[in-house]
Amino acid sequence: MMMCKEATRLMSLKHERELTLQERLSLRLHLSMCGACRQCDRQFSLLGEAARQYGPDHEADQHESGQHESGQEDDGR
Amino acid sequence: MTATPPTQEQDPDEGAPATMSPTRTERLSAIRPKLVSFARMHLRNNAMAEDAVQEALMAAIEKDATFAGRSGYDTWVFGILKYKILDIMRYQKRQGHLQPLDEEGDDEIIDRQFRQNGRWEAHSRPASWGDPDAVVESQHFWKVFDACMIALPENAARVFSLRELMGLSTEEICRLLEIRENNCWVILHRARLRLRQCIEKGWLEGETS
Repeated sequence: MMMCKEATRLMSLKHERELTLQERLSLRLHLSMCGACRQCDRQFSLLGEAARQYGPDHEADQHESGQHESGQEDDGR
Repeated sequence: MTATPPTQEQDPDEGAPATMSPTRTERLSAIRPKLVSFARMHLRNNAMAEDAVQEALMAAIEKDATFAGRSGYDTWVFGILKYKILDIMRYQKRQGHLQPLDEEGDDEIIDRQFRQNGRWEAHSRPASWGDPDAVVESQHFWKVFDACMIALPENAARVFSLRELMGLSTEEICRLLEIRENNCWVILHRARLRLRQCIEKGWLEGETS
């Protein structure tokens, strides 16, 4: 029976690689019984979401977002 | 131990081509602090972070004409900064200045979150942060997020930043930092556990006070 600490390892790992069937099943079983780990799982996802938004979008200072120019997309390289 | 020679503090407007619109140069000044804090998270060194941002700003000014407007100007500038940061890290690695990662040992902070039997300690049981959309809209959340990122141990911060802020795969991170993928996963797991605990503390306390 998997405990919370091990469950958090899988919750983290699933952001790096696809879990095996066995890993997925044991994580799902654990989450179905553990509210604290369900929160943790959401928080790990939110951390990733927040990190991706970090920088340009954070701080709600909306600026001139209507600037649309034509041309090639430049990835800044 | 800086990787690049220190550049003088200068106004980002300086040397701007005449064609660059004043709103753009204002925009660069406005986002400069955010760029610096972003760079600092990766490089963990104020002088190097300032240098990276300076280079990114100059590149943004030089390449102003190539900005296509599809991704939003700030995002575009952050994109430039990301490449500058990675360049600096690669340079440091070549120079042997990038400190090797060794984080296989025990981590007391993490161990204290769990009981011997692997269940959460009562004081660290994760609680709800509320609606995720509302969370990331909150200025307070970002302040806490920044503080907690800075509070992470260097290894954890570097790997987490590369993975989640830069979007590198763990494979790419392993190549850059010369660590085994398994080690990378361990570091990320610990980084997330530390971050969530730190953020939860700061976030929920700030909201209720």
